[in-house]
Amino acid sequence: MKPFAVLKLAVNLLKSQRLAGELSTLFFALTIAVTATTAVSFFTNRIDQTLLQQGGLLLGGDLAITSREPVVEKYRIEAQKNSLKLSETAEFPSMLVLGENTQLVEIKAVDAAFPLRGDFEIIVSDKTERVNHGPNQGEVWIAPQIAENLQAKVGDILTVGEAQLRVGAVIINETSRGGDMFSIAPRLLMHYADLPATKLVQIGSRIKYQLLLAGSQNTTQISQYYAWAKPQLVAGDRIDDVKNARPEIKSALDKAQQFLGLSAVTSVILAMVAMCLASVPYTQKNMDTYALMRCFGASKSRIWQLLGLQILILAFVASSLGCLIGFALQALLSSFAGALFVEKLASPSLIPLALGFFTGIGMMLTVMLPQLIRVSKVPVLRILRRDFLLSNQYLLAYLPAVLLTITLIYLQANSVNLTFAMLIILLVLVGLASLLVKLAAKLISAIQFKPSNTSLGFASVIRRFNLVSIQVAGFSIGLMVLALLSIVRNDVLQNWQASLPVNAPNRFMINIQDTQKTGVLTQLNAMNIRQPVVFPMIRGRLTAINGAPIDLNKYSDERAKRLLQREFNLSTALNMQADNKLIIGKWWQANELNQPWVSLEEGITKTLNLKLNDRLRYEIGGSTIELTVKSIRTVEWDSMQANFFAVTPPGTLANYSASYITSFHLPDTKISELNQLVKTFPNLTVIDLSALIKQIRDIIFKMTAAVQYVFLFSLLAGLAVLFASLQATSEERLRETVLFRILGASKQQLAKILWIEFLLIALLASFIALLGANALAYYVSENLLNIPYQFNWFFSIQVLVAAGILIPASAWLMTRKLLATPPRQLLQSI
Amino acid sequence: MLANTHHASLQSTLKQSLSVTDQPQQVVLLAENICKDINSNGETLRILSQLNLHCTAHETIAIVGASGSGKSTLLSLLAGLDMPTSGKIVVENQDITLLNEDARAKLRGEKMGFVFQSFLLLPTLNALDNVMLPLQLAGNLDAKNIAIDALNKVGLRHRLTHLPKQLSGGEQQRVAIARAFAPKPALLFADEPTGNLDALTGQNVIELLFELNTNTGTALVLVTHDEKLAVRCQRVLKLVNGSLIASPQTKVELEAAQ
Repeated sequence: MKPFAVLKLAVNLLKSQRLAGELSTLFFALTIAVTATTAVSFFTNRIDQTLLQQGGLLLGGDLAITSREPVVEKYRIEAQKNSLKLSETAEFPSMLVLGENTQLVEIKAVDAAFPLRGDFEIIVSDKTERVNHGPNQGEVWIAPQIAENLQAKVGDILTVGEAQLRVGAVIINETSRGGDMFSIAPRLLMHYADLPATKLVQIGSRIKYQLLLAGSQNTTQISQYYAWAKPQLVAGDRIDDVKNARPEIKSALDKAQQFLGLSAVTSVILAMVAMCLASVPYTQKNMDTYALMRCFGASKSRIWQLLGLQILILAFVASSLGCLIGFALQALLSSFAGALFVEKLASPSLIPLALGFFTGIGMMLTVMLPQLIRVSKVPVLRILRRDFLLSNQYLLAYLPAVLLTITLIYLQANSVNLTFAMLIILLVLVGLASLLVKLAAKLISAIQFKPSNTSLGFASVIRRFNLVSIQVAGFSIGLMVLALLSIVRNDVLQNWQASLPVNAPNRFMINIQDTQKTGVLTQLNAMNIRQPVVFPMIRGRLTAINGAPIDLNKYSDERAKRLLQREFNLSTALNMQADNKLIIGKWWQANELNQPWVSLEEGITKTLNLKLNDRLRYEIGGSTIELTVKSIRTVEWDSMQANFFAVTPPGTLANYSASYITSFHLPDTKISELNQLVKTFPNLTVIDLSALIKQIRDIIFKMTAAVQYVFLFSLLAGLAVLFASLQATSEERLRETVLFRILGASKQQLAKILWIEFLLIALLASFIALLGANALAYYVSENLLNIPYQFNWFFSIQVLVAAGILIPASAWLMTRKLLATPPRQLLQSI
Repeated sequence: MLANTHHASLQSTLKQSLSVTDQPQQVVLLAENICKDINSNGETLRILSQLNLHCTAHETIAIVGASGSGKSTLLSLLAGLDMPTSGKIVVENQDITLLNEDARAKLRGEKMGFVFQSFLLLPTLNALDNVMLPLQLAGNLDAKNIAIDALNKVGLRHRLTHLPKQLSGGEQQRVAIARAFAPKPALLFADEPTGNLDALTGQNVIELLFELNTNTGTALVLVTHDEKLAVRCQRVLKLVNGSLIASPQTKVELEAAQ
């Protein structure tokens, strides 16, 4: 047989089966599998990029290199080589003069490319505009506060250093402002080219130069640049990406990405399960064909060729179709989801398409391998003796499929531990499924039922023990991943909501004097502001550790040097703050006040190399005190609560003068009342975090929407795949249904038998699934997402009920047609 | 009865040896001393014991016997679908017991045709494709024309594109016969070819089988219960206690007896 003739015959055989149910199920399962993989990874890929860009809004770019010197040329050259967009800025505080009035401002000089991400909302001639560029040369844009304090308006000329610049606009909103939470002075934006004329840049002036970078399409560009630039940095320079620039965004982004990865893993597992379930009846149906071919003289290798070619062709067509549908679906999905994002979703990369396609081919080949081996070993005698047993399956033949699944899970989850955990759970599930079915079968046969439809339904389970085991295993894996996704989704969403509650503090008030404490609190109380917690703040410099004076030269870390040069804010508290977590040592008791003890934040102990029981000498207002480190704790800096590196028991620092700090939530309606309060106590400084909080909340809202969309899609894909696998096993039932009908069973009887059988399958499967899902959810929550895991009874019951209704109902829906067909007609279709 | 049978057997053997010497006929199938044991619940059952059979080109042989006497087992051994416990089976000068499964398959494809009681057409292939299948597997480049010709000969020229389930039982068996004859085998095995058909249709199928036997020279080995079919063969062999004995029921012998 010539190769072409083999191909032609393979195509012919394949084409001839177009109507056969087994082929369409296999094809359907693979198409859905590829569609799900492609669409989910397309969508997650695009959302991933968009989220990074969203985060980039706060930074003004995807990456920022910050330096005390103008940015070195090589960073720019490398960026251009990688075709990254770039922009340069310089930031520094300065006094501004207009007539009699002066004002401290935070100047930011930006070039024409700024901002790379985000935009400005400005007022020019009473009209609010959104623009994605900074001021023109010769122009400044000023914050409303400057305009008010200096009585300046658009068109006025301001003196900035030695330059005369015209006010071009008033800035209402600056997306990249979020990067500097505690820059108190109002913003003045000017063009980078005007900087020399101001003569403000002198040796020793504290200027923060930034080179901002942004990629056009994929995030790998950015991560490659980051990896290149990081080792090039000199002391004092910093490179930040979106994640390390803002901890709140980082943790939210990480969780979103992990969830999206998990969704993709889900679709992979579902697809494999459906394919495995569909492959069995496909080969069973084809067994006769190949036995007959052997009878007609086809060699084993010819059978391999014919089957292999058919499978390849099938895989090729189904994968292509799946890719196409996947692409179309994500486009549709993105057009809905895109509306939720400020900017449009990032355009899709081609990687998911290639991934989906090759995943499809790989799945088909590996899943079919054991079946191919079975078929090629089909005994020819099967032709004459229909009862001839099929050759035993080789467990080793399943290895490629298992390896592929592991690879795909790893590719999508990007975590060895998670892959390993998934694998273990999957193996346990399969074992548990066959064990429980065996137990159930034993139990059923032990109970003497009165002959009824119910007992017939139970009997079906015993009779088809192997099929039922496979089905329970398949359903439980499918349900498990869907349940896992639901649990994790809930955890992530709840965690996000909890991290920034509606009444999260949006104002910090610092510099409250001892004498003003009561007055300020009374007034805040009068404004109906929830009793805010007031913390004392004592400024002290760390001068010696364990008796040895601090030698700055011993510290190579820049941050350590900076910290040691500055004064620390020490505070006192009786109880540890709710968002802190003790990791080592003991917190003090109520009877241990006045002790010379201190509790430190974990990060600072690492930076300064401090450990439990170290003695720290602080110099506070000319006198010194030695404190022993009694505990080390973590602090959630993203909780928007006031927090301190060093806390002592109440009374310990009673002899030192303290100012007070508080944070509280100020409703928008109370802004003028707060201004009134500040007028009464003019030394107070109020830091407004509402813009930052709004931005963070916006981003989290968008991530929530993205997670919901992807979850919904995975759910749909999962249900479709479960449906496909249900269909895959329906063929076996056909014969029996026919027999039952011929023997006189009524449609109602058959329906009842079916319902009972599938109800049992559904309940067993969802019970196993819930065990697995909760075990995995526990692992994912505690270890990957750092969210405390909670078992949800209500959800578990929901899953049991939903599976108990949905699975039998789908099975019934699918066999309904069979039940309505006259038995004579059914006989012909066996 | 016993003596009678013995006599007939002798007569038959005599006639065979005569015919061999008279007009040297090519032996297409030879089975010598074949035994077949099977294990059933730990017990060894001897289905066939020291069985001998030979078949020359053009010859038609019917194998009859009670249900469970091992007719189908014998057929599967002769066709190389299964291996005897001992003994030798030679098809066209090749001892198939010495061949591996792939080589036996090749030999089947080249020398043997099959007709089954349950037709065994591939349900998803139409009549033409079913007939083409063995030809294609043998690498025949003219498969289509040969298949059309074969279907034409069984009177199904007008039903080429019909699927098996669109054909009646008789028509399906005619497709199977066309499929069996199309590669021009030296030997055709038929396992109860009329077993699933009514009398009239069965009769038509019988006519067709013998007509093709006459026209193509393919030797026929039939396993059947159908007396009408058995008597049309040149020899009728009865499988009793695992061995074949000649049965004086052939048309020729009946005519001779008259």
